[in-house]
Amino acid sequence: MTADMMTGNFAAAWGARLADVDYVPAFPITPQTEIVEALSAWCGNGTLNARFVTLDSEHSMMTAAGAAAATGARVFTATSSQGLLHAFEVLYTIAGWRVPLVLVNVSRALASPITLEPDHNDVLAARDSGFLQIHAETCQEVVDSILMAYRIAEDPRVCLPVMVNLDGFYLSFTREPVVLPDPAMVQAFLPPFRPTHLGFKASAPHALGTAVFGGATYSYFRHQMHLASMNALRVHEEAAVEFERLCGRRYDVVEGYRLDDAEDVLIMTNAFASKGKGAVDVARAEGKRVGLLRLRMIRPWPADAIRQALQGRRAVAVLDQNLSPGQGGILFQEVAACLYHEALRPRALCSFIGGLGGKNISEGEFRAIFEQTAEAGIRGQGIGPVLLYTESEHREMEQLQYLAHDLKTGK
Amino acid sequence: MAWEPHIFKELHQIPREEHVFPGTSLCAGCGGLESLRLASKVLGSHVVYVNAAGCFTNLAAFPFTPLDASWLYTTMGSAPAGAQGVRDALDVLIAKGRLPKEEDLKVVVLGGDGSTYDMALSSTSGAITRKLDFYYFCYDNEAYGNTGVQLSPATPYGACTSTSPCAAQHPSGTTQEKKDIFEIWRAHKPPYMATVSPRFPLDLEEKFARAAAYPGPKLFLAFAACPTGWLFDPAHTPDVARLAVECGLWPLKEALNGAVVHTYRPKLQPVEDYLKLQGRFRHLFEPTVQTDVIAHIQGRVNAYWEQVEKAEKTA
Repeated sequence: MTADMMTGNFAAAWGARLADVDYVPAFPITPQTEIVEALSAWCGNGTLNARFVTLDSEHSMMTAAGAAAATGARVFTATSSQGLLHAFEVLYTIAGWRVPLVLVNVSRALASPITLEPDHNDVLAARDSGFLQIHAETCQEVVDSILMAYRIAEDPRVCLPVMVNLDGFYLSFTREPVVLPDPAMVQAFLPPFRPTHLGFKASAPHALGTAVFGGATYSYFRHQMHLASMNALRVHEEAAVEFERLCGRRYDVVEGYRLDDAEDVLIMTNAFASKGKGAVDVARAEGKRVGLLRLRMIRPWPADAIRQALQGRRAVAVLDQNLSPGQGGILFQEVAACLYHEALRPRALCSFIGGLGGKNISEGEFRAIFEQTAEAGIRGQGIGPVLLYTESEHREMEQLQYLAHDLKTGK
Repeated sequence: MAWEPHIFKELHQIPREEHVFPGTSLCAGCGGLESLRLASKVLGSHVVYVNAAGCFTNLAAFPFTPLDASWLYTTMGSAPAGAQGVRDALDVLIAKGRLPKEEDLKVVVLGGDGSTYDMALSSTSGAITRKLDFYYFCYDNEAYGNTGVQLSPATPYGACTSTSPCAAQHPSGTTQEKKDIFEIWRAHKPPYMATVSPRFPLDLEEKFARAAAYPGPKLFLAFAACPTGWLFDPAHTPDVARLAVECGLWPLKEALNGAVVHTYRPKLQPVEDYLKLQGRFRHLFEPTVQTDVIAHIQGRVNAYWEQVEKAEKTA
């Protein structure tokens, strides 16, 4: 097997192509646009036997995506950031339809202030929608995760849409070697989409998305989504085993890096986890017993896998590339919640906020995380939320503020 | 030359078969439902209704639906995009041999004026521009009805709603003119558009039958007299619907590839005859008669029909 060099965006487009999707509703937004451009070209020249349609907004795009899936087509679409939020009510709506489509979100920080570079406030805002969420670290993982996503989404035990997340710029525009799965292998892994519970046709009228009156009916359907989402943990496991058998690459709901004898564990997600792994290597070379736990599946929340990976550790640091103003890191809260009932829970749980709006996380910042986490573990008391911000970044910010003030006052 | 029906000339020609059955949770005397019932007699049951949030969302309430057709509730702002997804998927599945052609469906958006005139305008504009093959059925009750009758861009000047009441600052109630959604659609050059009223059933059926020959976006603006929102006895729905047309306030028309033809020439009774029937215009007559407001409404009607006559003479 030979590897091709491709960006995360191109890998995402390849995922849709290999999944042999029927329908691609699209709307451009940076940094996702390259995905739909590639798919537009392939649909145009017949490489991919699918219909490509440009909608008037992400809100319309997600509606068309859900409606086509509800009619029985295999659907792929992609967006980012403001686009995801513009489609927000539709995410909940179509998850309730129980349609198994795949949406790629290329993470980008949210306005205001308006920006282009990544963090995870966009994708994590959608965590309660009913969509499953898989967060990818590498371009290879992007294409593989999309194939796994279709298999999981279409499983009768799940029947929920899946969001595959990749970081804008750092992954979307970064070329990495990618081994494309063989189409025959994909056929064996991902059976054709022939849903029995979906589809509009003349001979069998049915109603979808009907109103319910009364909380008891609503509660039933909403809870069904929860149960289906929880089923995805097992279905993911089955898919991972089969994918490894066919392709030789293994993906679990969480990934441990140098965890075996680690006293302290750093938790990360997405592409910056590669930086975190590099920092673990550096710290290990200095004799520190640290490791990294990358959360790959965010919904359903793999509580057992996280608990098992963290039990008996001295201290745990959660590095959130998001900020819930007035609360702190989103993943920190969820990690803390699933450790509450763990008898051997770590002595300290630390919360760090970093990489907002694509801000780099330097070696020095990782060093500070490991040092402060170790101290917290010794002390037996967690810290945070701590914002990662270097002195030179602070100086640059002050200069910008002076400049803004001078321009405003004319002084 | 007067517009003549070709298919529906006598009432007995209207199919007796029903596709909207009794027992819905809509209000008694709903004029919108009357239009839908008549429309469905031509549309048939091989239909998927793509619904936007509004009064009609109450039609399909788990586990019941009064329709013998399919149904997909979407959102308030994107039913035409839902229609796009369904239409495209049906086309793709038929082309790929995964769905027999005889299983095909007509795709019909079902939206109120709040969705049609306001929130779904972007989504609608996109669907027409893409030449989507679908019907758009708007039941226009001239207010956000399902939320308790608030001002919508379809609310006519002089009507009272719960957010545009008769007040010292604006004694007329609503101060804006009704948005001309027909002309907004027409600017997009769809192949077929029509206004209909359930009190003119032959006109309505004829238009749905004619529209079937036009692939692409097809608009139906249905007058939906609303006893609950307009404050009249449900028994008077037929009178209100008839007078809206006869007083010239709801012109019955059709546009084939953009060419507008008025399909009925009203008697142009004074607008008071229509206004006086409804509580939403009561403040125009009590405690004092707001002659200027009534004259303004009459003036708009006169100007509209003068324009129509002028256009017909030139043609």
